[in-house]
Amino acid sequence: MITLEPIARPDAPLARRNPVAKLTAAMLFTFPLMATLDPVTPAIAIAVELAALPLFGVHPRLLARRVWPLLAAGGGILVTLVLFAADRSGRVLLDAGPIVVTSGVLLTALGLVLRLFAVALPGVIVFATTDPTDLADALVQNAKAPARFAIGALAAFRLVPLLGQEWQMISMARRARGVEAGHSPVARVRLFVSTAFTLLVGAIRRGTRLAVAMDARGFDSTVPRTFARRQHFVAADWLLVVGATATAGAALAVSVALGVFRPLVG
Amino acid sequence: MSGVRVRGFGWRHAGRRDWAVRGVDLRVERGERVLLLGASGAGKSTLLAALAGLLPEDSGEHAGSIEIDGRSADEARDRVGIVFQDPQSQLVMARSGDDVAFGLENRGVAAGQIWPRVDEALDRVGFPYHRDRPTAALSGGEQQRLALAGVLALRPGLLLLDEPTANLDPAGAALIRTALAQAVDADTTLILVEHRVAEALPLVDRVVVLEPGGGIRADGPPDAVFAAHGDALAAEGVWVPGREIPPRRATGPPGEVLLTAERLGQPPRLAATDLTVRAGEALAVLGPNGAGKSTLALLLGGLLRPGTGRLAASPELAGADARSAPHRWRAPALTRRIGSVFQNPEHQFVTGTVFDELALGPRRTGTAESAVRDRVTDLLSRLRLDRLAAANPYTLSGGEARRLSVATALATAPRLLICDEPTFGQDRRTWRELVDLLADRRDAGHGLVTVTHDAEFVAALADRTLALEPLDAGPVRR
Repeated sequence: MITLEPIARPDAPLARRNPVAKLTAAMLFTFPLMATLDPVTPAIAIAVELAALPLFGVHPRLLARRVWPLLAAGGGILVTLVLFAADRSGRVLLDAGPIVVTSGVLLTALGLVLRLFAVALPGVIVFATTDPTDLADALVQNAKAPARFAIGALAAFRLVPLLGQEWQMISMARRARGVEAGHSPVARVRLFVSTAFTLLVGAIRRGTRLAVAMDARGFDSTVPRTFARRQHFVAADWLLVVGATATAGAALAVSVALGVFRPLVG
Repeated sequence: MSGVRVRGFGWRHAGRRDWAVRGVDLRVERGERVLLLGASGAGKSTLLAALAGLLPEDSGEHAGSIEIDGRSADEARDRVGIVFQDPQSQLVMARSGDDVAFGLENRGVAAGQIWPRVDEALDRVGFPYHRDRPTAALSGGEQQRLALAGVLALRPGLLLLDEPTANLDPAGAALIRTALAQAVDADTTLILVEHRVAEALPLVDRVVVLEPGGGIRADGPPDAVFAAHGDALAAEGVWVPGREIPPRRATGPPGEVLLTAERLGQPPRLAATDLTVRAGEALAVLGPNGAGKSTLALLLGGLLRPGTGRLAASPELAGADARSAPHRWRAPALTRRIGSVFQNPEHQFVTGTVFDELALGPRRTGTAESAVRDRVTDLLSRLRLDRLAAANPYTLSGGEARRLSVATALATAPRLLICDEPTFGQDRRTWRELVDLLADRRDAGHGLVTVTHDAEFVAALADRTLALEPLDAGPVRR
């Protein structure tokens, strides 16, 4: 089930910040993390992110529920890299026949998994604490994004949860027609494709009807749009953006100072 | 308070041979309330879209002219509001108040005036909740009232309504009619398309009938129009008031038991229900929205695993599979025994032509190709679909798609047929054909279960009814 609803306490000091500020801060915070391959920088970043959770009003348990696919992916990457990495430098930690684990391999794998988390968490936190309507409003009002794009995407997102129910109905309707894949994998793929096609046809029709209904209420009008809900970008929002950038810089500086900094390029 | 002048108007959708509507001359004065009628395919919806300025120049060919308050329909769009059939695809925002504000923002209404106008519009249509109410939590009737509020907030001089109650249950439809009767200003011009005429009549003072080939057949006060053209309109499928349809009761006593449900349920959607389904009997399942009628139809159709209780098929129905419940049967076996007709016909279409669609079931169940051909040809002619044998099912009109979906379920000659709202939004002609078709099946000794809100359908066909109550009240039998 896809949920777009925020899961955080809306009155937490950082959750209340302007959505565009939160999004910009998340991007500026994660960008420097891409520059290095060492595990220290992302480890510091993750520590900062977890420390900031209470300020965003996000309960760790709720966060864990949202990121569990990421946890699974991280585990998968770790195992794959440790077993199959070509670079086998460093001290040998484990030698069990075909499986050789060296310190170099472990360090690279750990760095990669930590980077995955450090980069993904800010995005998860921002979307967990932001109402989609507020985000669209702020994108239009503060980031000057075209309303046609931001509000249009918002309206389209509203239809997404319907797709799950629709898929279920189409599958049952096919069984009623005598169409079933059984155990053959080829039949399964064909059934999946044809169910997806029916779903797509329905989604396009509904989307077209929605677009016509929106234009009928003046969405395509040339009159400048007014805003029923005001989004403000204030000093505290700037502070969040600057603070996030500075923290990321500090994490990089620590890594350089410890001598573990491994630039991505060069 | 807008006057409408239509002169020789016609429209042909790009790539179509026939004109959707043509040769229409019409004059509607400010504050008039017009019911626009015509057989299905006469171009009512196209004319409304043209009045709303929603037919882009490049999407077809146009003839004649439309003027609203002396301006072209395209220029007058800020004076015109339109409410469509499907509430789901009219709502834009996640919160009710934001949705009403959406149109006001688009039209550049000053921010300070937006919320007072939102509240006023919600109040007018009798919206019972706070403006923060999530639109997803509303029933169909409430969503449609909200859509109406979103249009009324823009204070249109001309209000167009394209079958605004066709997708709603009777309670929801009544809500919309009450809202319309109370919320629309006396000087607002109203043009309504609705084939349930009796319900629409209190809202209008004039009836205009479109001729399917082009032009206008009749125009005047409702009584005069129906006195002169009532029979012809009824034959074409318009629900002309005061014309009863003879009921089709069972000709003999019910036959053997086909299905037995004991405490069958699906929490939280359906409370535990006991029932038996018999051959040669039409059972109608009634109940308000949310009572789990559609869920019961899926359970009886062997499409959903029961959450509680048990569903058993008699050897008469199940043949070799009498020991297992219907939801465990292989699909080809299921479709030979129990046919299901879904509320949305398009969910059931699998192939690229009407012919293949009808042939699919028989082919899947191992019928010889020559026998398949005979059976399909017979069904095509009985359901007036022969002309469309090569058409793509997705291009059919609502009535055609409904007839096809029933025909596909009948193609495998199942002993039991389960239908979910088969008459929803259908014109009178298709409605009668469905009743006759289903009654013939029943009289030939097959079982029939219909989930429905349609009281006339129940009166015409049902031999027994089962009324479901929302969960925690339990079903009541009559």
